[in-house]
Amino acid sequence: MQLLEFQAKELFREYGINLLNSISSTNIEEGRKHAKELGYPFVIKIQVPVGGRGKAGGIQKCQNDDEFELKYPQVMDLEIKGEKARAILLEKMADIKKELYLSIFLNRSKRCYTIIASAEGGVEIESVKNQIIKEIGLGEVSDEVANEVANEMGLEGSIAEGVADTLKKLSKLTIEKEAELVEINPLAIMQDDSVTALDGKFVTDDNANFRHDELQKYQEKSEIEEQAEKSGFSLVELDGDIAVVGNGAGLVMSTLDMLSDNGGKPACFLDVGGGATTESVYEALTLISKLDRVKGILVNLYGGIVKTTVVAEAFLKAYENNLIDLPVFSRLKGTESEKAKEMLEGSRTNIFDSVEEAINAAVMGVKK
Amino acid sequence: MTDIFGLLKGKPEDSDYENKGVIVQGITGAYGSLHAKQMIAYGTNVVAGVTPGKGGQKFEEKVPVYNTMQEAVDATNAKISIVFVPAKFFLQAAKDALNSGIKLLVAIPEHVPVRDTMEALELAKQKDAVIIGPNTPGLMIPELIKIGIMPPMPFKAGKIAVLSKSGTLLYEISDALTNAGFGQSITIGIGGDPVNGTRLIDAFDMVKDIPDLEGLVIVGEIGGDSEEMLAQKIIDSGFNKPSVAYIAGRAAPKEKRMGHAGAIVMGTYGSAESKVSMFNKANIPVAKRPAEVPVLLAGKMEK
Repeated sequence: MQLLEFQAKELFREYGINLLNSISSTNIEEGRKHAKELGYPFVIKIQVPVGGRGKAGGIQKCQNDDEFELKYPQVMDLEIKGEKARAILLEKMADIKKELYLSIFLNRSKRCYTIIASAEGGVEIESVKNQIIKEIGLGEVSDEVANEVANEMGLEGSIAEGVADTLKKLSKLTIEKEAELVEINPLAIMQDDSVTALDGKFVTDDNANFRHDELQKYQEKSEIEEQAEKSGFSLVELDGDIAVVGNGAGLVMSTLDMLSDNGGKPACFLDVGGGATTESVYEALTLISKLDRVKGILVNLYGGIVKTTVVAEAFLKAYENNLIDLPVFSRLKGTESEKAKEMLEGSRTNIFDSVEEAINAAVMGVKK
Repeated sequence: MTDIFGLLKGKPEDSDYENKGVIVQGITGAYGSLHAKQMIAYGTNVVAGVTPGKGGQKFEEKVPVYNTMQEAVDATNAKISIVFVPAKFFLQAAKDALNSGIKLLVAIPEHVPVRDTMEALELAKQKDAVIIGPNTPGLMIPELIKIGIMPPMPFKAGKIAVLSKSGTLLYEISDALTNAGFGQSITIGIGGDPVNGTRLIDAFDMVKDIPDLEGLVIVGEIGGDSEEMLAQKIIDSGFNKPSVAYIAGRAAPKEKRMGHAGAIVMGTYGSAESKVSMFNKANIPVAKRPAEVPVLLAGKMEK
């Protein structure tokens, strides 16, 4: 899960990383109060769990009340990469000398934490020039490595000390919270040569959540996503009209790709998992029935240890209870698929021999 | 480099040639017992199980259950284990196995914290052992040995090596290969986690020198850069057996985790485009659909 900027900054503050004064709000009344406390000029920043906010107009300067009244609602109404504003952060305007880049991430192929630093920050990581990359194993960054990085960035004196200190704090945070990525971009050198984090990105390892109760308050899940998790599914909501259901993340992704290739628009990605039962598939269908935009359901199952008849049974039960009144297009293969097909004959489920046929029918079916 | 066939089959002079013993960690749990039975039915020589507190029992009236890995290894001399414990207990189970002399550890659990995987890997490195997974379906030499949870019917003995991040796509694509007359010499599930005990490049090293290998199929998905690394390695090594790839997740939105913990695109890192373009550079065609894999493979073989 990617935390919002103000949440990442809460953690930065806890670990002693320098920040500007800032306050988050979720409506303009609250925001007005914060504006008074903070005093102009400040920056209004949309809080969404994705990057590219600046380009999309989600970060605006405010010099006075008039600008605030105009810009706060504008920023609040933005949608960036499909994400609506969770909050608005007001942050004191900074007088900065230079912007740097600093991050620590879990290096998947090298299987260790890795530092990326650059003296030229403030742009997206792909465009950051002169990157200094250092693999640091599984432990915290030592004084020696921290100083080395600061020196390689071409920094000296108290600025180098400030950056090295920030890096050590960042590594302590990364390791103690088991983050996949912690990024400060930009890390600013202020007029007084102090070093301050102007932005913050923090991605958790959700599989380690059971060891981090303190991060639970940042968890943000829709009701449907929460139910899915409880039932052991993986569900990602998308904005199309055909719900895609299958077993195994790879197979469902593959179905999503083929559906999109054929002009269909997926409404969700739903992996019922390797241990699917009649009850759990019924639960999945219940979740889908709650998604208003869905006009049809595409099912792609490769029965292995999970029998396709178990899935067929869930569908029959869903029809019987009038849970689903949408057209269903399915391809069932693998264990007991012949029997499953027989069970579903004459029901609302349209059965196809290949996934390609099921997809074509689904795309045509929802257009009606 | 790991001699995976040495571990899975052994040498003809070994008394347990093609009958290597496997220990099942978590054999009395619902998942562990189901798959222990299925592995035995496939012909895998399951020699012991381990569940703390259940020592002395017999699984299916014949496989002895021990309280600890050390006891199980001492009694059987097995070098292979498969782990079915819940994710939060994985690290301890892996340590027990590696410290008891296990050389090939197949880690089935999903949702293992990455830090735990990395710690287990450090220990494996010290002990000169190999971890497959976590979050893997396992590995198999079709019709000889299965150490995993894959259903038997998609697989047939043959001369194609299949490496896959995904479980169900491994079944789907192996099924398509089998139907097209391409049996498999070995199939290895890498796993869907961000950090894999055996990466695609490591698995490639395990299979590239199989004497009668006729082709390689790589089933990747979005996230990370292990496909890119493999493509580069294939270019550098001059490997020239017919190879085909498939990448799942082209239509997935960025910055969303698609079911697997590792299936996430951050910026351009991990994107399908990046993987496809690297495979193209390595002269490896990338199938648009699973069903296209055997067609492309046959095409490569004709050339």
